[in-house]
Parts: sequence; C-alpha cells; structure tokens
Amino acid sequence: MEKIPAKKSPAKRNATKKSAAKADANDFYRLRLYIAGQTPNSITAIANLKKICEEKLKGKYRIEVVDLLEKPQLAKGDQIIAIPTLVRRLPPPVKRIIGNLSKTESVLVGLDLQPAR
Amino acid sequence: MPAAKPKPKVVRTSLAKVPTGIQGLDEVTGGGLPKGRVTLVCGRAGCGKSLLGMEFLVHGAVEYGEPGVCMNFEETEEKLTANVASLGFDLRDLSKRKKLLVDFVSIERNQIAETGEYNLDGLFIRLAHAVKAIKAKRVVLDSVEALFSGIVDSAILRSELSRLFRWLEDQKLTAIVTGEAGSDTLTRHGLEEYVADCVISLDHRVSDQISTRRLRIVKYRGTSHGTDEYPFLIDEEGISVVPITSLVLNHKALRDRVSTGIASLDEMMEGKGFFRGSSVLVTGTAGTGKSSLVANFSSASCARGEKCLYFTFEESPSQILRNMRSVGLNLEPWMKKGLLHFNAMRPTSTGLEGHLAVIHRLISQIRPSVVVIDPITNLVSASGSYDIKSMLVRLVDFLKMQQITSIFTNLTFAGDPQERTAAAVSSLMDTWIVLRDSKPNGRPRRELYVLKSRGMAHSREARELIVSKKGLELGLVLKDHLLASAVEGPSAVAAS
Repeated sequence: MEKIPAKKSPAKRNATKKSAAKADANDFYRLRLYIAGQTPNSITAIANLKKICEEKLKGKYRIEVVDLLEKPQLAKGDQIIAIPTLVRRLPPPVKRIIGNLSKTESVLVGLDLQPAR
Repeated sequence: MPAAKPKPKVVRTSLAKVPTGIQGLDEVTGGGLPKGRVTLVCGRAGCGKSLLGMEFLVHGAVEYGEPGVCMNFEETEEKLTANVASLGFDLRDLSKRKKLLVDFVSIERNQIAETGEYNLDGLFIRLAHAVKAIKAKRVVLDSVEALFSGIVDSAILRSELSRLFRWLEDQKLTAIVTGEAGSDTLTRHGLEEYVADCVISLDHRVSDQISTRRLRIVKYRGTSHGTDEYPFLIDEEGISVVPITSLVLNHKALRDRVSTGIASLDEMMEGKGFFRGSSVLVTGTAGTGKSSLVANFSSASCARGEKCLYFTFEESPSQILRNMRSVGLNLEPWMKKGLLHFNAMRPTSTGLEGHLAVIHRLISQIRPSVVVIDPITNLVSASGSYDIKSMLVRLVDFLKMQQITSIFTNLTFAGDPQERTAAAVSSLMDTWIVLRDSKPNGRPRRELYVLKSRGMAHSREARELIVSKKGLELGLVLKDHLLASAVEGPSAVAAS
C-alpha cells in the first residue's frame, strides 16, 4: 500500500492544526477525501466535510484532499472505487464512506461520531 | 497430407476480431472476440470463466503483442498468480515486463456507507491508469458483479456499468467481462443487457459422477456462429475447446487407398483396402479378434511411415503389446520410432465431451494419419444417454476434415439386440466390418464379412478369420453365410 507522507502531500488542500498529541491517537481524526476533478459532487463533499468537522471535531482533525485526476496511482492503495470517497485513516479501524456527504447523519454514523439508530 | 479446403469466408468489413489464443475457441468464433468490444463470459462458479479471461490476457501478451489488464474483484494478485502458475503462466514475469497488470479491487460491504451522490470515477481512473501504464489493448473485468455487493444503490451502479462498457469501447479495448450465472438469466445481475456484441456461456455439469464442460456462443453480432455446445477441457495446458461442428459436410473424399494390414481383407475390398480418410467400424462379440484386426491396421500404417494414434479404453498399452505379440504382431518398434502413440483412458474418467476434448488435443499435437478408438462402446457408456450421436458425428466429421483414417471397434453381445450403439454410429461409418463366432458342426470359428463399404465394390461374402501365431488371415468363403442372412444380425444366424 502506498503511503503519502501527510506533510509533503501536494494534494493537501486544507489542514487544520498540526497533530500535537500523538499519544492521543484515538481522539485525533485523520481524514482523506478522494475526489476526481472539481465536479459538483467533489465541491459539495469538501464543503460538507469541513462543516461537519468544524462542528463535531474542532481542533482534532485533519483533512487531506486527494484529486485522483492528478494522482491516479493513489486510487489503488485505499481501494477507491466510488467518488467522492472519504477514508478515515485515524482513529483505527480504517473506514470508507462514499457519496458527497450530504446526509450528515450517515456521515456521523460512518465516522463513529454518532451511534447508528 | 493435402490441406483441407478453406471454408468460404464471410466478409464483414466492420468486424475485426482479436484471437484469444485459446485452442479451439478462435475456430468456433471465426477468429476470436470482437475487436474493441466487450464480450460477456458467463457461467456458474467453477465453470472456468476466470481462467478463460486470464488465458485471453496471457496469450495476448505473449503471442499477439497485446498487453492486458486484469481488474480482479475476487482474488488478490498473489492468489491469482499462484492459481495460474499451475498452468505454466508466470504472471510475475509478465507484469515485470509490463505486459500484464493485475489490479485487485477489494470491495468490503461493511466499510461502505452511502452519504449522498457519487459515481464510480475511482474505478474508471484506476482502470485508465493501469491501461495507460502498460499500453494495454485487452482488459478483463472479473467479476464486475462483485460491485453489486458493495454498491447499494443499484441504479447508480447500473448506469455506471453501462458507462464503463461504453468507455472500454471508446478506448478501443477488447474486453472480457465475466458474470455469475443467475437462476433463470444468463447472469445474476443482468449484465447481458449491457453487452451487445458477444456473449459466451460456460457450463459445467456433473451427471452420473462424470463431469462435462461445455461452451456455447449465445450471441455474436455480425458473425455466423454455431449454436451448438462445444465440449471443452481444462487441464494442465489450460482451456481447449473442441471446435468440431456438424454444420457442414464439406470434407473432401479421397481416392487414395490404404491397406487394412491383412492381404486377404484387402482382397475383399477391391484388393486395395480402405479409402484414406474414411471411417471404419468393426463390430463383434467378445474374443472375435476386433483388437487384433485394428492392431494389424495400425501396424500396417506405421510400416508405411504414417503416424497412428491409438486410444484404448479397455486395456493398457502393455497389455495390448503382449496380446498382439501372441498373434505374431510386434508393435513395440513402432512405438520406439514415434509412429505409434497409445493413449489409455478410463472411460469413466471424464464424460464423452471430455474424451473428445482429449482426442482432439492429441490429434492436433501428434497429427496422425490413422486414429484407432478401441472400443467405442466404452466411450459411449461414459456419455450417459445425452446426445451420443451428435457428439460422434462431430468427432467423425472432425477426423474426416483432417483426412484421418479412423477405425472404431464396438463390442456386441450375442443374442442381444446389441446393435443399439452400432446402429447409432453405423450411419456415420463408411465401412462396417462384422466379426462373429459360430459353431458349425461343433467346431468354433470366427467369421468376418464386410457389411458395407461406401464407394467400392466390396465382397459380400463371409469368410473365416484365422487368428494364429503367424497373424491374421482370412480363410475360404463360407458359402452358407451370405450377406442376406447376415443383415439380420448375428443372433439370427447363430442357429445356422
């Protein structure tokens, strides 16, 4: 599996505060959003993700946006099929959520921020 | 051996084809799969569709200079590499040389939650990236239906699949898409709706503990194709389809004659023996000398320097060698010279189709002038009752097309209506020699007569067949055994 060092990633578009507490990995969210070009779904997904994170995870998350049109080789590593796909890399386990993240409740359930009803 | 007459070519300018390199498949499809189009290969689990796909890619990469991408939704690269290694394909080497690329797509349902609109661009990008990386001309998607377990929204999935197939065609890729057979549809998820050009169905049946594999071309737009089911075989060399077909009767009838190996029998057939490329049936009850007769013929053809392929379903080659030595026939030198090839198979080891596939493969490899099948009775017993005759028609047709002289023995039982199998196959045979026992005046003797032999004025008399250490020869004409009585079958004359 290909790993991209988060700091060097040119695909990184948006990042909040650096991870200060490495020891507290279970509380820190590393999220990677895969998109393919600036399509309406991609733009919606980015906006939705930012909003959700600011509301629920303020100060303890980091988002990387990977545009597969620029870096197609990264699709394989995270087993990306659908676009957009959000991958929760931390905390474990790795989770994949597909869609433009408009259904906030499903996103929260998918990220384990809210128990499934 | 003169070449078979070329088939009349159907010219369709729009339809280019890409050879699969799979033995027999290119023949039944008239050249391979439609170029730049998607072909659906469907069938149940274990029917060989994945293997067909891999062979298509490997042959493409190795023999036709067409690199290929396998997008596999079921097996990891490692597993796939190990699976096909047993068939002698080295995927690792091919991928190192950028001739073949396997991309394993893992779909885990529980990891995917759907949160709004999406499409399958990720898949498209992966595939495009792989295709570009090795300049692929061929693509296999095996099995794209796995997506249905991961993507809940089937409306999106369906429109994306149809976009995917269009994309493949836009990229001028020749593709195979595999699909699991549904209960009453070709594929479980109706993939056939998206594939317009070519659909191939594979089948693996087991009846009476005998497994048979068949391939059928369900649809091939713009090409005439047989609707027959073709038997195929999967063995250590991969898939081979038996391309024999009963569509046309266009083999050339030869005028050459070949000796039967017994001078006095030649005498009964205008002094010249069988027609080359004809089919000969030898029937008789147990111990009447059928095997000795065909062994003589085999030996005679080897003596002319022609190769003979001898399929035995009853005795082992060493048993045949020993037995023939007792009637003055030493076959061993021919084996050593590479002229005589034995192939011993248990009749029940596979179905009739499987046997036909083996027979076909060996004939293609050895290219014999003479083929012996001893006895055909056992081959028929391996088939259950399914369509024996049409299978044999195809075999006999195939042999004739190759201008191979074929000789079949058939065991019959005294007092039995016994001619059932014989009757089923006899109409396919050009020559029918009947052997039988009789006991006139209490002295047992073997008798031989030529019941029919197309295209020649053969003797219509019965003669005694004398089997001794010196070999086989025919005695005097038996006056009381003319053909008129013989036609009623051995049971009718047993009393005389």
